[in-house]
Amino acid sequence: MNATGLRFFTFAAPSRFYTLAGWLVPVFWAVAIGFTLAGLYIGFFIAPTDATQGDSYRIIFIHVPTAWMSMLLYLVMAFWAVIGWAFNARMASILARAIAPTGAMFTFLALWTGALWGKPTWGTWWVWDARLTSELILLFLYLGYIALAEAIDDPKRADQASALLAAVGVINVPIIYYSVVWWNTLHQGATISLTAAPKMASTMLTAMLLMTVACWAYAFAVVFSRARAMAVERDRHAAWVHTLAVRTGQGGAA
Amino acid sequence: MSAGRLFGAVLGRDLRLAARRRTEAMLPLVFFAVAISLFPLGVGPEPQTLRVIAPGVVWVCALLATMLSVHQLYAGDLADGSLEQLLLAPHQAVWVALAKALAHWLVNGLPLLLAAPLAGVLFDMSGPALLALVTGLALGTPVLSLLGGLGAALTLGLRSSGMLLILIVLPLATPVLIFGAGAVSTVEAGQSAGGHYSLLGALLIATVMGAPWATAAALRISTE
Repeated sequence: MNATGLRFFTFAAPSRFYTLAGWLVPVFWAVAIGFTLAGLYIGFFIAPTDATQGDSYRIIFIHVPTAWMSMLLYLVMAFWAVIGWAFNARMASILARAIAPTGAMFTFLALWTGALWGKPTWGTWWVWDARLTSELILLFLYLGYIALAEAIDDPKRADQASALLAAVGVINVPIIYYSVVWWNTLHQGATISLTAAPKMASTMLTAMLLMTVACWAYAFAVVFSRARAMAVERDRHAAWVHTLAVRTGQGGAA
Repeated sequence: MSAGRLFGAVLGRDLRLAARRRTEAMLPLVFFAVAISLFPLGVGPEPQTLRVIAPGVVWVCALLATMLSVHQLYAGDLADGSLEQLLLAPHQAVWVALAKALAHWLVNGLPLLLAAPLAGVLFDMSGPALLALVTGLALGTPVLSLLGGLGAALTLGLRSSGMLLILIVLPLATPVLIFGAGAVSTVEAGQSAGGHYSLLGALLIATVMGAPWATAAALRISTE
C-alpha cells in the first residue's frame, strides 16, 4: 500500500484490486444469501395473495430484480469499459469483461421468468411488444460484447473494441426502460416510481427490494471473483502473481 | 489535400474497384433475389400470406445481404496496406469511414432499392405498399451501410468475422427493420406511414452523425 494512504486510483492496480476483492467477496456472498432468504421468506409466506393474479404473481420477486440488474449491469459494464479505454486502465476493462456474463445471465433470467409469468397471466409465453423485444435485444448486445471480446487475441485491442461496442449499445437501456411509456405494450407500466407512492402492497414491495439487494450483492460477489481470476490470468508474468502462487503453494503444502 | 478531396478520393477508388469487379459487386443483389424467393417456397404460395410477410422478408433479406457484403469493406485495404496509409492522412478517419459507407451504399444499397419492385411482383404487393417499402428502404439502407461499416471496422481481420459482424450489428439495426417493415404494414392497413418515415429519417440523421466517428475510432483500434 502506498505510504501516503488510499488514493483515487489505488485499486486500479490489479494486485491491490485482487486483495481488496478477496476481502469483499465473502461479505457479498453473506449479504446475498441472507437477503435472499429474508426476501423469499417475506415474499412467499408473508406477502398476501394478489387480487387478480392469485399466487402466480410471486415470480415478481425474481423477475423484477433480475430485470433491474440486467439494465443496471449493462450501464455499469459500459461505464467501466469506457473508463478503461479512456484512461488505459486495464483493471477497469477487466471489470467490464467480468460483468458481461453475469449481466447476460440476469437478462436471460428476466426473459425466462417473464415467460413463466406470462403463460398463466397473459395466456402466452412470449409477445413481441416493445419491452420484451428491447430486453431480448439487450441479451443480444451482451452476447455480442462477449463474442467480440473473446474473438480478439490481443487483450488491449479486445478491451478497446468491446468498449466501443458497449458504448454504442447503451442507447438500448433507456429504450427498454421507457418502452412501456412510449409504446402501447402488453407488459405493464411502472408500478414503482421515485416520486409517487408505490401502487403495490408494502410487504410485496419490501420483499422485492430485499431480493433486489440480494441480486446486487450476488452480482458483486460473482463479478469480483471473475475479475480476480482474470486479473491473475492477465498478469500471470508479473511479480505479484508469482508471490501469490508461491504463497498459495506453501499454504497448500503446509 | 483537403478533407473533401480525401473523401472524394476514397469514394472514387471504391467505386472504380467495384466497377472492375462487377460480378462480385452484383453478388449481394443476387443473394437478395434468391433469399426472398426461398420464403414462398418455405411458407407456401398463398397470396394472402405472402402479402402479409412480404415487408418483413424483404427487410430481413436486405439486412442479411448488406451484412454479408459489408464484411469485406475494409479487409481488402487492410491486406494490401492501403488502410494504414489512409489512416496516416492528416485528416480524421471520419472522412474515410463516411466515404467507404457511401461507396458501399451506392454499390449494394441502391441496387436493392431498384430490386425491391421484384419483391413486389413475387409477393403480390399492392402499389402503395410497394411505394412504402421502397421509401423505407431508401431511408434505411444507408443506415445499414453505416452500421455495417462500424461492424466491419470492429471485426477487422478476426477469425469468423462474418458471423461476429452479423451478431454485433443486427441488434443495432433492429429499429430500422421494425420501422421499415412497420411502414408497409401501416400503409396496407390504410393509414399514413408518416410517423414511420419520420423515425427512419431521424435514425438516418443520428447514424450519419454518429456512426462515422465510431467507425473511425474502431479503425484506429483495429489497426494499432
